[in-house]
Amino acid sequence: MDEVTTTVAQVHPLARKKKNSFFGHLWENRVFLLLVAPGALFLILFFYIPVLANIVAFKNFSYSDNGFIASLMQSPWNGIDNFKFFFQSSDFWLVVRNTVGYNMTFLLLNFFFAIFFAVIMSQLRNRKLLKVYQTSMLFPYFLSWAILAYFVLAFLSPDKGILNHIITGMGGKAIDWYNDPTWWPLIIIILGVWKGIGYNSILYFATIMGIDPAYYDAAMIDGANKWQQIKHIVLPHILPVATLMLILNIGGIFRSDFGLFYLIPRQSPSLINITQTFDTYIYRALSQTNNIGMATAAGLLQSIVGTILLLIANWIVRKAEPDSALF
Amino acid sequence: MRHKKHITAVDIRSFSAGANLFFNIFLALFAISCLVPFIFIIIISLTKETDLTIFGYQFWPKHFSITSYQYLSKFGSQVVRSLGVTIFVTVIGTIMNTMFSATYAYAISRNEFRYRRFFTMFALVSMLFAPGMIPTYLVVTQMLNLRDNVWALILPMAFGVYNVLIMRTFYKTQVPDAIVESARIDGAGDLRIFAQIVVPLAVPGIATISLFTALGYWNDWMNALLYINNDNLVPLQYLLVRIQNNMDALVKSASQSAQLGAAAAQIPTEGTRMAMVVIATLPIALTYPFFQKYFVKGMTIGGVKG
Repeated sequence: MDEVTTTVAQVHPLARKKKNSFFGHLWENRVFLLLVAPGALFLILFFYIPVLANIVAFKNFSYSDNGFIASLMQSPWNGIDNFKFFFQSSDFWLVVRNTVGYNMTFLLLNFFFAIFFAVIMSQLRNRKLLKVYQTSMLFPYFLSWAILAYFVLAFLSPDKGILNHIITGMGGKAIDWYNDPTWWPLIIIILGVWKGIGYNSILYFATIMGIDPAYYDAAMIDGANKWQQIKHIVLPHILPVATLMLILNIGGIFRSDFGLFYLIPRQSPSLINITQTFDTYIYRALSQTNNIGMATAAGLLQSIVGTILLLIANWIVRKAEPDSALF
Repeated sequence: MRHKKHITAVDIRSFSAGANLFFNIFLALFAISCLVPFIFIIIISLTKETDLTIFGYQFWPKHFSITSYQYLSKFGSQVVRSLGVTIFVTVIGTIMNTMFSATYAYAISRNEFRYRRFFTMFALVSMLFAPGMIPTYLVVTQMLNLRDNVWALILPMAFGVYNVLIMRTFYKTQVPDAIVESARIDGAGDLRIFAQIVVPLAVPGIATISLFTALGYWNDWMNALLYINNDNLVPLQYLLVRIQNNMDALVKSASQSAQLGAAAAQIPTEGTRMAMVVIATLPIALTYPFFQKYFVKGMTIGGVKG
């Protein structure tokens, strides 16, 4: 360590002179500061200032002609009225029910299917085929919901879609998919899991492939069958990754994939009740009612609950199993 | 000897022949379900328009036709324009994000950077709390005045903390301290060490984050939804969203014939729409299998804490 300090001092003669002053330190680190500058500026503009701009949630916001700061200053405070308005609207429970309900379902199903797929993929005999499967399964993950909305339309279009072709072909009655909420929770869940499974299983798959073969050797000698091997070797090994995923998912329980809930149901009025989540609600509050204060309040609530849940989940995990905690 | 051991290791891990066949069929069916929708869209885009009107979407239409694609070059101006916007935004945005994330990560990965801890926290805090859609919208439109500006599509994604974490892990594991130290003893400055020694060693990491970023820009429609009204600045993905909205508006206002004409003029035919979807998807479909290695690396590196 001492050696390093001396070399630094040799390279930067100026640093020795101004060693202990604040500006001396800045000068000494000028290259590193230059390297972090663009990123730091980005964080200030697109993270720290927007975080502060959340005070709009406590204001009756209106635009001022004199710019953003003037709008913020001139809009009168209204305490927690925006939150009250949001809590008392009939939308509140609907939005919470949908967001949390879909997320709990996604959390459970993603867990199950990601681990299931990772385990069976790790046990396949043919590596070439495995590669083909994995590549295909990642394809939907790389596409946007804007594109997938058209994929879905090809199946669900009431007059041209392939599903109604099949249904009427078998003598059934065509379903007006985009006006009939019955099937939508299922459609949303299938699409969400389907799109993410390739990605979600990769982390587990990589972990399983990293397990030392000696464990299997030992299990074979002890006469363990396949299921016992999976239960006693594979599952304990992926537990830390699963825990990490759980913490992150719990932190995101109030978040939703905007594209899935906004574009896939094609904004059909009959489907709003079953597909409205925090994010679509906030966007619609901005674009349709222009109620900035209330929309910000809803978003702030979403963020705060998310952060608190993340910290609690992490705290619990750290108590039980310090190595699995996120931080 | 080593070869033999490798084979036994695979055997131990593998299913029995019967289970292997069963799960192969299962995975194959699932893999097909991931590819079929896109193949279906390609077929629709190649179906004769009259067939679409009469029979709807079919996996094997009676008449094939490439008129949809010919029509694209006529309806063209908007599609070509949007494709141009998407390519511009993707290229510039990816260069900016990759550069800014890679340099930031390098600085916070070096122990001799005095403010390393501060800037690490400065970035990590942003992963704990989301500033929210509306406050960001207000900053972009009111403070930065970027409404209907192409930079509104670039700047909000021009840096990525997740990319920083990937690159930091990369520098720590792939760039030996000894090389950096010996370069320093030879008299190279920090900037030169970074550009001439560290960057070449970190190419796989840079490839990973730039691919992630390019994909993010190519697929982005959200920023356009929030900030863009001007037709000239509509990226391809948002053009698809807009056409869908116009179609929906058309269905909703079917009784109001005055609006009908105006909205209908904005909407390309069925086949043309699907041809646009193909054009937006094809670059991803054709390239990602080759870059998959890097994507997977990024996904698994990002999962490592440190």
